[in-house]
Amino acid sequence: MSDDVLRVKNITQRFGHGDNAMVALDDVSLAVPRGETLGLVGESGSGKSTLARAILLMRKPTAGTIEFDGEDVTGLRGRALRTHRRRIQMVFQDPNDSLDPRFTVARSISEPLVAAGIGSKERRRRLADALDRVGLPMDSAERYPHEFSGGQRQRIAIARAMAAEPEFVVLDEPTSALDVSVQAQVLNLLVQLQRDTGVTYLFITHNLAVVHHLAHRVAVMHRGKVVEEGTGEQVMNAPEHPYTQRLLESMPVLYRT
Amino acid sequence: MTDDVDALRVEDLSISYGTAPPSVSGVSLRVRKGEIVGVIGESGSGKSSIALAMMGLLPDSARVTAGRMTVAGAEMQDATERDWERVRGVKASMVFQEPMAALNPCMRIGAQIAEVLQIHGKTDKRRARARALEILQLVQMPDAEKRLGYYPHQLSGGQRQRVVIAIAVAAGPDLLVADEPTTALDVTVQAQILELIKSLRDETGMGVLFISHDLGVIGQLCERVAVMYRGRVVESGSARRVLEDPRHPYTRALLESIPRPSVPVRSPLAVIPALNDFTEAPAELEEAS
Repeated sequence: MSDDVLRVKNITQRFGHGDNAMVALDDVSLAVPRGETLGLVGESGSGKSTLARAILLMRKPTAGTIEFDGEDVTGLRGRALRTHRRRIQMVFQDPNDSLDPRFTVARSISEPLVAAGIGSKERRRRLADALDRVGLPMDSAERYPHEFSGGQRQRIAIARAMAAEPEFVVLDEPTSALDVSVQAQVLNLLVQLQRDTGVTYLFITHNLAVVHHLAHRVAVMHRGKVVEEGTGEQVMNAPEHPYTQRLLESMPVLYRT
Repeated sequence: MTDDVDALRVEDLSISYGTAPPSVSGVSLRVRKGEIVGVIGESGSGKSSIALAMMGLLPDSARVTAGRMTVAGAEMQDATERDWERVRGVKASMVFQEPMAALNPCMRIGAQIAEVLQIHGKTDKRRARARALEILQLVQMPDAEKRLGYYPHQLSGGQRQRVVIAIAVAAGPDLLVADEPTTALDVTVQAQILELIKSLRDETGMGVLFISHDLGVIGQLCERVAVMYRGRVVESGSARRVLEDPRHPYTRALLESIPRPSVPVRSPLAVIPALNDFTEAPAELEEAS
């Protein structure tokens, strides 16, 4: 039996009512094996970010269930929800979304740990460990976000996510705003972190080449549906759905070879 | 229109601000009519400064020097703002990344295209609408007649970029400078806009200077390419040759940092060390670029 840390079962998300209803997610099902990466590819409006919100329990879906570690977490509330949330972290496209410009790096990374009730000694250990893992010197801790480059800030955001020692991290276009040479560093870091900690990733992107490199399996979303799912090689070399084929044909040749 | 073969020719261009080291130095570029030339570089490489300099759009604080600067047949070295006004939008025009920044949100797009035509004396008021429709059809706007009456917010991102391109080519320029025009678009829409730029080039014979950070896009569109690193061109040549057989260490590192199917999955990608100074390696320049 496969060990899926996350199972999304028949999720539908509808906005509005009656004739004006807009179906953002249409009967989406996915499973992510522990320690692996599922790449979620789609263009604007495909529903990929709405799905991420559902997985993070930020919005209750219209129908369907989300299972985490074998347990239905769809309707969790209160203390149970807060406990569950510590097991999942999120990294956004723009690191400034998760870093307060007035907070030192140490405070940004420690804040979620304080909220989780972790003591100061353990917080210091995790801060040092997280900075070390993302390749930032210890003296970064007392500096402010504006003192860092875009790539370094994304490392800080990743350190903040990893300090919570999550089982699952949702990465929403984490390298889309970075130069390719900096993107390479962040992708290498994410691979290394997964090897070291066994963390599971959901990697959301519009870039099929990036997801082919990083993900064990790839799901392609189009108009609220998962239209194709398979290994990176299957999706890239033998796409079955017409939309996946069109997506691939639209990619510059350099990224297909 | 002159019978000169060049849409753009600039030699030994340098741009600097105050006492800081120059942000662009010793750059030479040539775009023939009917040719698409790419300038590729990462953030801070100076590529956008070059684009703005070619349109006389740099702030007054910028010091621009060049051995030669011929834009759409006009000698623009030491040009005044008045000189630029005779070139900009008529003989040479520019398209930016964000179409909403170039469009008036309160004006129907037909009127915006017609306005450009009238300003440049390309048509009278009576015929402007018919001409605007022709141009909107030239940029392959679906259902063009109906869309003349649309406001920008009623269009998709790709359609807005088509309108911006329509405005840019309305006066029939010899040179189009495009600075990351597809960066904000989805990949399927990007492919359509790249095709549009190619077909406009084929139909009008204009030259295109295409600025991008995206090697794949440059490879898809351009005949020749110049690779910028810290304000200098470190390599230039045919786009195919530069991408398939890069000679300068920076170009090579840039190509190896891209995740591609030919790179083993989850293997470390090449990393460009921040402290590595590629300017020490001699530039690999092909022809009097």
